[in-house]
Amino acid sequence: MKKKYKCEIDCASCAAKVEDAIRKIDGVNDVKVNFMMQKMTLDADDGRFDEILREAVRAGKKIEPDFSVEF
Amino acid sequence: MSARQKKDLWKLVIAAAVFAVAMVLEKTGAFGGALENRWISMGLFLIPYLICGFPVLRKAVLGIAHGQMFDESFLMALASAGAFITGENEEAAAVMLFYQVGEWFQSYAVGRSRQSITDLMDIAPEFANVEREDGSVETVDPDEVEPGAILVIRPGERIPVDAEVISGESLVNTAALTGEPVPRQVVPGDEVISGCVNGEGLLRVRAEKLYEDSTVARILELVETASEKKSRTENFITRFARYYTPVVVFSAIALAVIPSLLVGDFMTWLYRACTFLVISCPCALVISVPLAFFGGIGAASKNGVLVKGSNYLELLADVETMISDKTGTLTEGTFKVTGLLSADGVSEEELLACAAAAEGMSTHPIANSIRERLPGGADSLNMNLLTGTENISGMGIRAKVAGETVLVGNRRLMEESGIAVETVDEPAATVCYVAKEDRYLGAIVIRDQIKEGAKDVIESLRAVGVKKFVMFTGDRKSAGEAVGRELSVDEVCAELLPGDKVEKAESVIRANEKGSVAFIGDGINDAPVLMRADLGIAMGSLGSDAAIEAADVVIMDDDLSRIPRVIRIARRTVAIAKQNIVFALAVKILILVLGAFGIANMWAAVFADVGVAVLCILNSMRLLTIKRTI
Repeated sequence: MKKKYKCEIDCASCAAKVEDAIRKIDGVNDVKVNFMMQKMTLDADDGRFDEILREAVRAGKKIEPDFSVEF
Repeated sequence: MSARQKKDLWKLVIAAAVFAVAMVLEKTGAFGGALENRWISMGLFLIPYLICGFPVLRKAVLGIAHGQMFDESFLMALASAGAFITGENEEAAAVMLFYQVGEWFQSYAVGRSRQSITDLMDIAPEFANVEREDGSVETVDPDEVEPGAILVIRPGERIPVDAEVISGESLVNTAALTGEPVPRQVVPGDEVISGCVNGEGLLRVRAEKLYEDSTVARILELVETASEKKSRTENFITRFARYYTPVVVFSAIALAVIPSLLVGDFMTWLYRACTFLVISCPCALVISVPLAFFGGIGAASKNGVLVKGSNYLELLADVETMISDKTGTLTEGTFKVTGLLSADGVSEEELLACAAAAEGMSTHPIANSIRERLPGGADSLNMNLLTGTENISGMGIRAKVAGETVLVGNRRLMEESGIAVETVDEPAATVCYVAKEDRYLGAIVIRDQIKEGAKDVIESLRAVGVKKFVMFTGDRKSAGEAVGRELSVDEVCAELLPGDKVEKAESVIRANEKGSVAFIGDGINDAPVLMRADLGIAMGSLGSDAAIEAADVVIMDDDLSRIPRVIRIARRTVAIAKQNIVFALAVKILILVLGAFGIANMWAAVFADVGVAVLCILNSMRLLTIKRTI
C-alpha cells in the first residue's frame, strides 16, 4: 500500500536523512520525503501499515527533531 | 508563518533584547566593573546564547550520536564554544543569535516561496457532488468517486475527475491546466477534464475515471516528482557540498594548530579557526539552487507547460537544434480549400458544386475539405445526383453526376484523359483538377494551413538561441520544401515514413555539436522520436496519456508560442542558479581568506554563512514573479 501524508521537514538534506532512516525499517518498501512539497509518500506492507507509519515517524524524529507527519 | 516559526521568532526577540542589555551593561562598566571579569561576562552572555541556541546544541549532540561530524549545528556549536574559550563572549553570543536569525529567515523565505509555487499549481479539486439514484446530492472526497457515477458541477466549482457531460451547457475555464485564458464551450457529449473550473452553467456529468487516473492527479504527480529528477547543477552542488565542509573543517583545525606551533599565540589562531567553522556550511547553495529549479518548474506550469524534471529545464535552456514535425504541429493538420481557380467562362460556384457532387461518396480528407467549402456546408449536398463513382488509384475519381461524367483528380488523370489544364504553381498545396464531359472547369487548391503565428515562433526561437530548425514531414519533397520556405526553417526532411523519423532524428543529433536537440511533436505517432531526442516536447497533449508519458516537456494546448516562453523561463532559472553559486562561493572564499589573516571577524563570517544564504534564496524567489510577463 502506498499513501501520501503532509509532513513538516526543514531542508532537503534533512529530508534525505529521514528517508534513509525510514527505509531501514522492516516492512518499508519505499519512502519519499519531498522537501519542496512537504509530503511524505510511504509504501509499506499492507497488514502492518499503521504500525510501520508510527515507527517511521519515530525514526524520523530521532534523526531530525523537527520532522513531523500529519495523519 | 507556522506556529513553530512564531514561537522561534519570540525566542529570537527575547534573546536579542537580553543580548542588548548585556552589551550595554558591559560597555557602561555597570556593577562596578564586575563584567571586566571574563567568567562573569561569560555567564551573562550565556543567557541569550542559550535562549536562542539551545535547539542548535541539542541537534549538535544528536548529530554526534549519529556519527554526523560535519553537521551544521555541530559546527556552529563548536565555533561558538571556541569563541567563548578565546574570551570573545560577546561574539560567541552574537554568532549564535545571528545564525538563528538567519536560519529563521531562511525557513520563512523557503516556506513562503514553496507556498507560492504550490499556489501556482493549485489545481486539485477539493470535493465532488455525487448525485444518488433518489436524486439527492452528496458531497464526497474526489478519491471516493467511482467511474460511472453521476456528478453535479455547480457554477464556479472545479471538475473533480475526468468526465463526460450528460446535461447542461457551460463555458469551462482550463487556464489552470493549459494557461489558455479563453474558456472552452462544452455541451452534452463533450469530455470535461478534471482540474478545470466550471463557468456559469450547471453541468451534470458522468465520471469516466478514478481521481488518481484523472488528468489533474497525473499532472500533480508529475510536478511533484519533477523536483526529484535533479539537474546537473544540483548534482554538482550535492557533490561539492560533500567535499566543501570537510575541507573547510580540516583547514580550520590546521589553522588552529600549525601557525600557533610556529609563532605561538594559540588563542588568536583558535579564534580565526572558529570563523572558518562558521563559514563551513554550504547551505546557501544547498537550499537556493534546488529552490530555483523548483521555481522554474512552477513558473513553467503556470504558463501551461509541464517540465518533468529539473534536468529538462537545463536542457531547455541549452537547446541548439530543434526538430519539429510538420503536420499538426506547425500546421493545423486539417485540409482546407484555399483557392478556386476556375477556367474561363466557369464560375467558382459551378466548379465547386461540380467537384463536391463528384466527391459526394468519398471519405478522403481532400473530399471532405471540398464538401466543407460548399456555401451551405457539407450537408447541403444533393446526393441523389450522384449515380456512380469509380476510384482511379493514385489519380482521382471519375463520377456520374446528373448523367454527365465528371473527373476530379491530379494532373496525370487529366493528361491521360486528354484534357488540357492550366498549370497551377502551388508547390505547398494539393491541386485538384476538375473536368466535366471532357471540358476543363478549373482547379481547386487545397492545403494544410500553417498555424497562425508559427513563423513568429520560429523567429523568437532563434532569438532565444536555437541555431537550427529542422522540419520533418511525410509530404513529398516539393510540398515540404515550400512549407519550409514559408516558415523559413533551416532544413526540411521530406518523404519520411513514420519509421524513418527516428533514424533521421539520430543523424540530426549526431550533426549537432554542442547544446541539446529537442523534438516537437503531437505525441500521437512520434513517441519513439520524442524519447530518442535529448528533449521531447509534446504539444496539445491535454488528456493524451501516451504523449504525457513519452515526452519530457508537455505543452498542454497546441499554442506553439509557449515553447520560446518556456525556454526563456529555463534560461532565467539556470542563470539564477549560476548567480547563486558564483556569489555564494565568491563571498565564502573571500571571507575565508580574510579570516585566515585576521581581517574578517566572526560577524563577517556569519554574514558569509546565513546572510549569503538569505540573499540567494531571495534571488531564487525572483523566478516566482514570472507569470505571464515572459
